[in-house]
Amino acid sequence: MNMAYSIPETGLPKQIEELLITHRRGFLRTAGLLAVGIAGYATAGADEADAQSAAAPYGTDPGPGPYPIPDFHQIDSWIVIHENNTATFYVGKTDPGQGTGTAFRQLMSDELDIAFDKTACIMGSTDITVDQVGAGGSSAIERDSLPMRRVAAEARRVLLGMASVRLATPVDRLTVTDAVITVGTDPSKRVTYGELIGGKKFNVALTGGNVNSINGQARIKQIPELRYAGQSIQRDDIPAKVDGSLKWAVDVKLPGMVHARNVKPPFACAKLTGIDESSVKNLPGFIRVMNKGNYVAVVCEREEQAIAAARVLKTSWEKPKTAPFPSSEDLFDYIRSAAVAAPPAGGGQGPAFGLSRPVVTGDPDAAFASAAKIVEAEYWIPFQGHTALAGAHALADPSNGQMTVYSNDMKTYGMRRGIATFLGMPADRVRVVYMQGPQGFGRTAAEDAAAEAAWIAQQLGRPVRMQWMRDEETAWDTKAPAFLVKMRGALDADGRLIGYEYNARACDLNHLGYNDPQTTLIAQLMGTRSARPGGGSASMPSDSYSIPNRRMTADVVGLPEVWETPLRTGNLRDPNGPQAAFASESFIDEMAVAAKADSVEFRMKMLTTGTGTDAGSRRARSMAVLKAAAQTYGWDARPSPKPLDAGNILTGRGIAYSFRGESMVAQIAEVEVNRQTGHVFAKRLVCAYDVGFVVNPEAVRRTAECATLHGLSRALYEEVRFDTEKVTSRDWFSSPTLRHIDIPKKLEVLLVNGDPNPDRPDLPSYGAGEAAMKPMIAAIANAIHDATGVRLRRVPFRDDRVLAALKAARVSPS
Amino acid sequence: MSQITLRVNGGSHTVDAEPTTPLLYILRNDLGLQGPRFGCGLGQCGACTVIVNGAAVRSCITPVSSVRTEVTTLEGISPNGKLHPLQQAWIEEQVPQCGFCQNGQIMTAKAMLDKNPHPTDAQIRETMSSTLCRCFSHFRVQTAIKRVVVKGVARGTEDASPAAGREGLA
Repeated sequence: MNMAYSIPETGLPKQIEELLITHRRGFLRTAGLLAVGIAGYATAGADEADAQSAAAPYGTDPGPGPYPIPDFHQIDSWIVIHENNTATFYVGKTDPGQGTGTAFRQLMSDELDIAFDKTACIMGSTDITVDQVGAGGSSAIERDSLPMRRVAAEARRVLLGMASVRLATPVDRLTVTDAVITVGTDPSKRVTYGELIGGKKFNVALTGGNVNSINGQARIKQIPELRYAGQSIQRDDIPAKVDGSLKWAVDVKLPGMVHARNVKPPFACAKLTGIDESSVKNLPGFIRVMNKGNYVAVVCEREEQAIAAARVLKTSWEKPKTAPFPSSEDLFDYIRSAAVAAPPAGGGQGPAFGLSRPVVTGDPDAAFASAAKIVEAEYWIPFQGHTALAGAHALADPSNGQMTVYSNDMKTYGMRRGIATFLGMPADRVRVVYMQGPQGFGRTAAEDAAAEAAWIAQQLGRPVRMQWMRDEETAWDTKAPAFLVKMRGALDADGRLIGYEYNARACDLNHLGYNDPQTTLIAQLMGTRSARPGGGSASMPSDSYSIPNRRMTADVVGLPEVWETPLRTGNLRDPNGPQAAFASESFIDEMAVAAKADSVEFRMKMLTTGTGTDAGSRRARSMAVLKAAAQTYGWDARPSPKPLDAGNILTGRGIAYSFRGESMVAQIAEVEVNRQTGHVFAKRLVCAYDVGFVVNPEAVRRTAECATLHGLSRALYEEVRFDTEKVTSRDWFSSPTLRHIDIPKKLEVLLVNGDPNPDRPDLPSYGAGEAAMKPMIAAIANAIHDATGVRLRRVPFRDDRVLAALKAARVSPS
Repeated sequence: MSQITLRVNGGSHTVDAEPTTPLLYILRNDLGLQGPRFGCGLGQCGACTVIVNGAAVRSCITPVSSVRTEVTTLEGISPNGKLHPLQQAWIEEQVPQCGFCQNGQIMTAKAMLDKNPHPTDAQIRETMSSTLCRCFSHFRVQTAIKRVVVKGVARGTEDASPAAGREGLA
């Protein structure tokens, strides 16, 4: 069933309705003294007419502050019931477009017993929603939906208690339908939620030591009792995204605001030696050059003036004495020979530095000594950027001695703390208003523009809008770490994988924290840095194969210079997953080839022969996704590669599987490889996905489709390229991405429930935002091998590299 | 600075700007429109697309003084709140993730369908190809376009094939 988002019964447009709702909330909280911002909307005054006429704008008066974070122990921080019997939910997560906001509404409407279309969900603005960190790690539904359901269930319990008094009827004789409570035997006796509490506070405390463990006395419903959860209700954020009415973070305008643009060092780790302000001071609209340390920006009245001034400003820089990094062509030789980053002396709570201590099961040395066949391979995954469609941006308003930041940061609460520390302000004088922005897969967990805008705003005393330009973002955004993985496998005489070695090196030292005031780029350029670089991490494979003898290591190495560099690593959608899975699932395929086995059967055999308990049901659920993918694809068992096709187009299929946390995914790719050009076209993709209980199937399918294609883009195109001084891939020609002509003709997402007890009423939900990207690169590599007999071990599979490999193997004429 | 008059979405506006200013900044900062968005400033990604003279134009590299005819932005294709068939299809197909690029996807598709209401699959893929999406909604963008093409609603003709649901189109 598809249910469209409908406008609440006031008949007002949705955004105005939200403004109104928020307005009431502000009234509730502060006895009508101030206005609050909501997804970019704020206004002054306390009556509805004002709210409507204030459609103009957000933030004309952000209120005097301070802006503490709401108390998670109060129902009132999470749910507001309005006099018109509608409800607003306040959730401290952010939804960058996967539909978690709609899913929270579905679940909370169910628990509260209110019609879905009489509710709204407000997310992620630090002064009006509780600190639930924001988005990250696909945690919204997996982790945060349960406390949200408990709060809504508790609100329902409290309302029933109030109704019991009002109607002089015991609670067990009351029923609730769509926020109307009736006496079972006498339908004329009724009272609505709005009549009971509309415009008033619950004043009911919740228990629980932290935001994830909050609870009340009520019991949450079981899956069969849920009415909206499980349905493909249309996402409520989409209409405003297609009709042009959504106010994005890039759209905020404030009286007196000015525009800033950065002037980045032309070389990594360069030292600023001079600024010639006369080169810009006569330009129209010029206000000021901002500088501290190696940080330089220009501020002008108008946006195009700031862009022009930043381009024209003359600066001089001194190159570092030694190269800060090897070139991208030499990167893997560097990583292979680099020293492993050591954890801080004395151990303790140092940052993660990989898992240098090997993880060993069985006796790998004996297994290799007895092997009938040994296979070795080395896999290379380059730095890959977020390369969001638009650069980092934010607007900072220093009015009233506070700092209000309008941002698309996915972790607004961390940004609030980071900016407060960076500016030397108390945290409750900083608020971050969450608004939508381009692509939220981790770039905005380590956001840069807000701290820049806030610092300049503090200096100038005017609202400042900062926007990174294309070349700046592509070159200087945070990168997913590059990986070099060495693997070795031993087959016995029966073709069983009896020995397995995995040695990963992630180039990830000084991986960025979440808006950390010491690692945001402006802080680095100003010379603020912690005593030692932050850690990094390298991942082991995620599979449930029963391989009797394994030895695995995962180490972190660093580039020669890890500060003030465009090769800063940060979280990108399952930060290490696709890299580790590319190596491990390519290698399993190589072992299947060496064993002359079908690659699905080879995998299934290692899952079915597992011994011991399968407590997390990982093995069972791994097999379920593999089976579902193979069946849907119509997989015929045979060894790989298949005989070469005649003609220019070589076709093949490949499979790969992995999991992230408890989210299981198997993917099959069917490719066409052009042996004249080396071009790879993925003609058909299948993604079988088990994320437990699915709150909104259509939203999860869309997310999985897009994540699958994200993996395809990383497989075919994405690579940060650099010489020893700077990033050289800086626009969409030098940093290509998947285009419409690359899109598979067929793309199937299967939602699988592989739980051994699939109908259990407490089936958990697992994160859906990332895992569907994880095995895709390996599936493509395996399909290319099946088509051509050529194994590609370096990502991405660009035409020139594929063609060179085909020529070397004499598949293509040289 | 000079006085420049623009016709946008049926209205006429006079702004004070340098003639070389890209149209995008005038639309966004002077006229308060937010459909077209800055993505690259290089004409490479399509986020800033508007329709001028029936053609999809990259407003980030179009000097405002070069625009002589009516400009249509995303806001201008749903007069009186009645969604364009493409916008309706976008909702039915649940196309966007973050949605930042969708202005370019919709406006590029509209310019295509205005000229050719029945493009082939290959024409859709080719025409849309330089309109980028970094959430990778492309598959669903193409499905939504095909939904409109099959229905024939882009030309205002009757829905000839009511059975054409998303399964038939994918």
